[in-house]
Amino acid sequence: MNGLKFSRKQLGIPYAVFLIAFVVVPLLLITLYAFTKKVPADKATFTIAGESVSFALSNFSDFFSKSANIRVLFVSFGLAIITTIVSLFIAYPVAYILSKTKFNKGGVLLILFILPLWINFVLRTAAMKELLYFVGMYKSNSFSFINTLIGMVYDYLPFVIMPLYSVLVKIDKSYAEASADLGAKPVTTFLSVTLPLSMPGIVSAISMVLLPTTTSYVISDTLGNGNVTIVGKIIETQFLTMDNWHAGSTIALVLLVIIFLSMFLSGKFTEAEDESAGRANLW
Amino acid sequence: MVKKIIGGSYITLVLFLLYAPILLLFVYSFNMSREIGIWSPEWGFDLYYKLWSNTDLMETVVNTIVLALAAGFISTVLGTMGAIGMFYSSRRVNRTMNELTKIPIINAEVVTAISIALICTMFGFGRSYASLLIGHVVLTVPFVVLSVIPKLKQMDNNLYEAVLDLGATPTKAIFLIVIPEILPGIISGFLLAINISLDDYIITSFTKPSTFKTISTYVYDAYAKGGKSSSVPALRALFAIIFVVMIAYVVIHSFIQSRKSRLEGSR
Repeated sequence: MNGLKFSRKQLGIPYAVFLIAFVVVPLLLITLYAFTKKVPADKATFTIAGESVSFALSNFSDFFSKSANIRVLFVSFGLAIITTIVSLFIAYPVAYILSKTKFNKGGVLLILFILPLWINFVLRTAAMKELLYFVGMYKSNSFSFINTLIGMVYDYLPFVIMPLYSVLVKIDKSYAEASADLGAKPVTTFLSVTLPLSMPGIVSAISMVLLPTTTSYVISDTLGNGNVTIVGKIIETQFLTMDNWHAGSTIALVLLVIIFLSMFLSGKFTEAEDESAGRANLW
Repeated sequence: MVKKIIGGSYITLVLFLLYAPILLLFVYSFNMSREIGIWSPEWGFDLYYKLWSNTDLMETVVNTIVLALAAGFISTVLGTMGAIGMFYSSRRVNRTMNELTKIPIINAEVVTAISIALICTMFGFGRSYASLLIGHVVLTVPFVVLSVIPKLKQMDNNLYEAVLDLGATPTKAIFLIVIPEILPGIISGFLLAINISLDDYIITSFTKPSTFKTISTYVYDAYAKGGKSSSVPALRALFAIIFVVMIAYVVIHSFIQSRKSRLEGSR
């Protein structure tokens, strides 16, 4: 390695350049596309990627004036919130029991709950479709919504169990014992000791499920039988089918603002490390 | 006792529901029926043979693995260098890069996908293998960085200084001291990157060349755009193989882990 000398600091330069080129600039590009529209060459203010455009706010008014789009927003958030709540109700007892029982030595049982994550996400969803078809859930279109919900809960359940388990397993037993010694019923102990102490796990579980279920359209496309459209899907349609990048970017920008606003408000921006650490624990 | 039985049966029930779709496909991978739900009298490994002789599907599998390995490798090199660089930079630079690293994790995948497609079109290579690879690196590199940084924090900084004092160049010191110390973080980052790349559908569909297929896009096309159930029975065989490979991996992995912890325990 003669003549090739670098210090530790300089090692970060390629990554810094990469971040600017493929994370920062692309987000600025989305903003630019959202506030511009395609116009004939003689009316153009400037050109991007060989396309003559001018500034316009009409993308936003076009999007928000369609009642179908507003409905899609409601369906997306509704589906995501219901999925999160149902997953929490199923996963909490699992995580609670696993954190208590002695036969979960070294987390062997826990691995069984995480194992399905190793199968390709789309394949897993397809398998769920086969099962739902097998048990007759495709006989009527009225099942479309519930099928999508089942698929979402199924796909994201391990992501809910894991953070809950890792918080519950760390809670000191003596808190619950102290509460029992002081005469609290098991239910009271759970509600006023264990549940509040496991709050960080619940928050991180919510943050791992809520956003992907709002935007990731693979599950609703596969299981919804064409009757469930979520917001990610409109972006895809605008972008890949309609070839209208400006409209696609507009919705993406709206999403982006919602995401970062909610991150900012909940102060989660600084805690993303925990989330990815949680995800890293899964493998 | 009653509590234990209730707890045990709840766990069993959830596990059963979690594995029901997997077992269904596994069992039907040995049955030649066109559609799940109708038994065919023919049983055996025919679907596996069909999978093997389906050149389109086999090419898809190879594509997926090659892409994941390439993206995983690039992410690991770039992310490890990045993590070392930002860890030893000034506080401001470190903080900024840290926040930027988290953007692809926090952001919705569709938004990332669009942004990559836009920038790659801008640079003149939209929807090519390069844009696909960049998309996967953007998706996976944060996980490498975030699994390496904790190892850097745990490292004893004096070691590096000591090697420099003994006359090693910074380059040599990095390869001799830093890399071996943070190796577990690098390896788990690499595995995580591969896994996330294998799983991805959305970024792939926005950035790939139109004729390129991965397992995700292939299955999506077969199930989401196709009929009510699979039009490609050979996919059941692929599913079963992936499942068995995953089980084998996890069993071996946890066996090594438990041996390691036993060795450390007896020390």
